[in-house]
Amino acid sequence: MDTHNYIIRQISIFSENRPGRLAAIAHALGEEKINILAFSIAEANGFGVVRALVDNPEKAHNKLQALGFNIAFTDVIAVKMKDQPGGLYEVAKILGDAGINIEYSYAYSGKDGAVLILRVDQVEDAIRKIRASGATLLERSVFH
Amino acid sequence: MYWDKKMETLKTADLKEIQLKRLKKTLKQVQNVGFYQKKLADAGINPSSIKTLDDITKIPFTKKQDLRDGYPFGFFAVPMKQIVRIHTTSGTTGKPTVVGYTRNDLDAWSDLIARNMTMVGITADDIFQNMVNYGMFTGGLGFHYGAEKIGMTVIPSATGNTKRQLEMMHDFGVTTIHCTPSYAMHLSEVAEENHVSLGSLKTGLFGAEPWSESTRKMLENRLGITAYDSYGLSELFGPGVAFECQERDGLHIWHDCYLVEIIDPQTGEHVADGEHGELVVTPLVKEAMPLLRYRTGDVTMLMEDGCLCRRGKKIARITGRSDDMLVIRGINVFPSQIEHVLLKIPEVGNQFMVYIDKINHLDEMTVEVEINREYFSGELADLANLQRKVVKELRDALELRTTVKLVEPGSLPRFEGKAKRVIDRREKE
Repeated sequence: MDTHNYIIRQISIFSENRPGRLAAIAHALGEEKINILAFSIAEANGFGVVRALVDNPEKAHNKLQALGFNIAFTDVIAVKMKDQPGGLYEVAKILGDAGINIEYSYAYSGKDGAVLILRVDQVEDAIRKIRASGATLLERSVFH
Repeated sequence: MYWDKKMETLKTADLKEIQLKRLKKTLKQVQNVGFYQKKLADAGINPSSIKTLDDITKIPFTKKQDLRDGYPFGFFAVPMKQIVRIHTTSGTTGKPTVVGYTRNDLDAWSDLIARNMTMVGITADDIFQNMVNYGMFTGGLGFHYGAEKIGMTVIPSATGNTKRQLEMMHDFGVTTIHCTPSYAMHLSEVAEENHVSLGSLKTGLFGAEPWSESTRKMLENRLGITAYDSYGLSELFGPGVAFECQERDGLHIWHDCYLVEIIDPQTGEHVADGEHGELVVTPLVKEAMPLLRYRTGDVTMLMEDGCLCRRGKKIARITGRSDDMLVIRGINVFPSQIEHVLLKIPEVGNQFMVYIDKINHLDEMTVEVEINREYFSGELADLANLQRKVVKELRDALELRTTVKLVEPGSLPRFEGKAKRVIDRREKE
């Protein structure tokens, strides 16, 4: 099984926790006609990391770096959920039973259903276990 | 009241005679220190060059940096066998400045503390709570032994646990306290919040950081005390160098033990009485670590008028520093120390900004530092670890808790010429 197809490139951007930083990032991506498919902000003591799945991560990386942002790629995976009550439970149980440890996760609900995005420590191992459990992983081509 | 009336009220001629005699002795003592052998030889000075007190201007200054360069024991003028204690004080980078004491030094030092405390009316009947650091900082043990010498009941409560401090003050009937003025403010607030009555308190001795007349009024009202300003520095034993008398209009500096000059920090020339300048001191009774013309960096002036208490010439309360040293919660901090710490952490840049605020009467220092682009992994946890690492490294180097803010690379100001990296937002009263 080629796990590679399921590894999605998230962009992670360091941001100080002050007004206008998110607007600056979003404006830059808009200018480059980069579409944001999923998005979250994690915040710590005075700073945060903006995480996004975009349709063109390379272009986003180059643009934001040129603007002086500190940006890195992070490998994540995306699990399809039923967009109905109990949908998250179903997926979370599969992950738990498979012994997959989640570093962080966020979700979105789009036209093709709901999706749970996961950052895990052993990504290839996780892909195999999730696939074996019968859950559906989205391929990277869905995003970019 | 006097502890040592004769020495405290010497007539000018007698004082000068003692000063000159002790200066000559100090010049002999410094010959045991390599730094001074060379320094005096280079300046063409031998003991016979100093015939009058005015001749002291021939001697080159000693700076804090010199002491740091002598780390650890380069300025000791006696064999280690005769050194009975060591204290340290923060240096400009990395290593602290080490100060040493012989048994005679400790005796002379506690004697000065006893003079100061007696001067403000404290006696063996008083109960004394000493709320400063008892470790390497000279304030703890310095006051402790001076107070014991007077015969006071000493409570070595040191720092921390404000509620417990208040409980002891109340339960033990404490009459006299010693701490930093900012800690006293904090103490008074916690006392009010917890309805602790401190009826036995009479006297507060405050030092290690500059404080204003309005702070004095507030402390006196809130704690029901008379507050006195205390001045000293580790290089000159520690606290006890100068102290307010009951007039509370300037500090009596002990001229029989410290030869005082006030200079223009730029030119090194003497300024007239009544004019502000940098305090330069030649200690006259130090054995373990004699110094010549030590530049304290503290800005003050010699006051023109005499004092009702008949003691010697006073210096004004310290109004500032002639260098970039900061005093944060009584601890000396040089911006270069912060730079030194950051240089050792590759994950952060070398640019930084320091902000100092007063929050609930306590100094708070915030250091902003840029994260290094190459080390950004994209993981929040790595950043949080880095932040903790910088806090810890700064704490280890400065002995001070700081708040560290990680900021985006390139976002801090770059300076051409003299960098202004420190913004002191504490209210200047």
